[in-house]
Amino acid sequence: MLFLVLGLVIGVSTVVTLLSITDSMTRDIEQRLNRFGANIVMVPKTESLSLSYGGIDVGGVNYSVRELDQAKLADIRTIKDSKNLSVVAPKLLGPVTVNGRTVLLMGVLFEEELALKTWWHKSDGIFPEKEDEVMLGSQAAELLGFKAGDTLVLSGIPFKITAILNSTGSSEDDAVIADLGASQKILGKAGKISMVEISAFCQGCPISEMTLQIAEKFPDAKVTAMKQAVMSKMQSIDMFKSFSLGVSVIVVLIGSLLVFVTMMGSVNERTREIGIFRAIGFRRGHVMQIILLEAMLLGVIGGILGFVTGNGIAYGLMPIVIKDGAFAGIDSYLGIVSILMAVALSLLASLYPAFKASNMDPSEALRSL
Amino acid sequence: MKMTQIDHLIEVRGLKKTYQSGDTCIDAIRNMDFFIDDAEFITLMGRSGSGKSTLLSIMGALNHPTQGKVLVDSLDIYALTAEQRADFRSEYIGFIFQSFQLIPYLTVLENVKLPMAVTGTKKKLQDRMAREVIDRVGLTAKSLRLPDQLSGGEQERVAIARAIVNKPPLILADEPTGNLDSKTAGDIMMLLQSLNKDGHTVIVVTHNPDMEAYSDRTIRVQDGEYMA
Repeated sequence: MLFLVLGLVIGVSTVVTLLSITDSMTRDIEQRLNRFGANIVMVPKTESLSLSYGGIDVGGVNYSVRELDQAKLADIRTIKDSKNLSVVAPKLLGPVTVNGRTVLLMGVLFEEELALKTWWHKSDGIFPEKEDEVMLGSQAAELLGFKAGDTLVLSGIPFKITAILNSTGSSEDDAVIADLGASQKILGKAGKISMVEISAFCQGCPISEMTLQIAEKFPDAKVTAMKQAVMSKMQSIDMFKSFSLGVSVIVVLIGSLLVFVTMMGSVNERTREIGIFRAIGFRRGHVMQIILLEAMLLGVIGGILGFVTGNGIAYGLMPIVIKDGAFAGIDSYLGIVSILMAVALSLLASLYPAFKASNMDPSEALRSL
Repeated sequence: MKMTQIDHLIEVRGLKKTYQSGDTCIDAIRNMDFFIDDAEFITLMGRSGSGKSTLLSIMGALNHPTQGKVLVDSLDIYALTAEQRADFRSEYIGFIFQSFQLIPYLTVLENVKLPMAVTGTKKKLQDRMAREVIDRVGLTAKSLRLPDQLSGGEQERVAIARAIVNKPPLILADEPTGNLDSKTAGDIMMLLQSLNKDGHTVIVVTHNPDMEAYSDRTIRVQDGEYMA
């Protein structure tokens, strides 16, 4: 019986370890991918085709440039899968003149933007916190000759430069980044936004569906999923899940065989006992009941021990499997499934041995007495 | 005091049991006809391999005969289905096996309660009945011990307690004194004798002629045949 419990513990703990590690890895990958920024972008609908590639703009005509209303943005939190929305970062873009040069003004909500763009690092100063504070992209600071602590005047309003952004290799390098409200005043576009970057933080969440849900709420906007990030995310998750599932099936099959062999051995060893039971008046059904009840009890014990052991192994292995990776935590649903699986496995594998035991001829069984 | 209303508790008619061993047929029992009265104490004597244990198992509804009938309390026990025979054994027969055959991981009390597990007796009553028979065989102080914590004689007493707990009319004992010293064997036979006086029909298989003294009658079996 010890071997039977051990077989179940090994089977269940292997499955639990694999699933727990996969779950932890998936979450870890999710978090890492989410750090890459937005995976949904919302811009106003235009009637033009893009004529830019890799940052090189070769022209293009906007027949009607629209902006979105900032006030309506709150509606995004009412979509069906709103719980999967992590960061919603609106922006207003427009040209401003500084020291006789035209530069891109990028109005943002700093809190949201910094949460989204975790790769932003400043070379000097602190990130802006107030409406009268701005920061400059590395290229803009160099061309305009500003450094952190200087004052910049935009449309007659003085702004304190609190930080210079390190080069990011993207549009921010050339921009003056200011508070969204202040930018709306400077550009004369009160309550308007040019685009919204959205980060959906979820485990294999339906990005395509979320895109449609957002598009339904904002009929004047074009909502696009950044498919590359999403696809790679989904592929990673699917790959780990398929691997775990495959190994789990093999382990469960081996576990079933082990339980079956052990139970058959146990029935053979207990011929004498079964003979006594039958001789003193136990019916076939009673003998079957005894064997299956034992199998169920052992299944419960094996399931609980296997779940605890599996979680313990997963907890110990996670830092080895993924550097700085953390154990995702005990999943009570997996616990219930593990116990039920162990019981089902034990019962299924014991059905034939129980049938064999119950059909044992009492006189044959008693010959071994 | 008789436990049934009939005279012949067991009637054996034209009994034959043949075992197949490869191409050879071995007659373990040949054309036996006899009866055993209610509340009799019988010793079944015979040499090793004479067929006495086979005869006991056939009378105990455990071993289907090749030919013939066994009527217990006028009931043809081999006309019953296997499940009906299991119920019959539970109600009518108390077995005492060679080498005690107790369940090693159950206590004395649990071993004695075992036959009641299938009779639908309530737990409380099971406990009371088991304690009564344990008291009867003189093991009250050891009711919570495991079999391997008991002497051979004590284990035999537990086996007897288990056999009588359901108050069966018929007690079948296969070499109950085979593993005991002569004094303990005598004590066990006296215990069986007292059960017989309470109305149980007792059939004891033995090859020890000293045990004959405790019985009312001896049935001798030689080469599978009944010798009066």
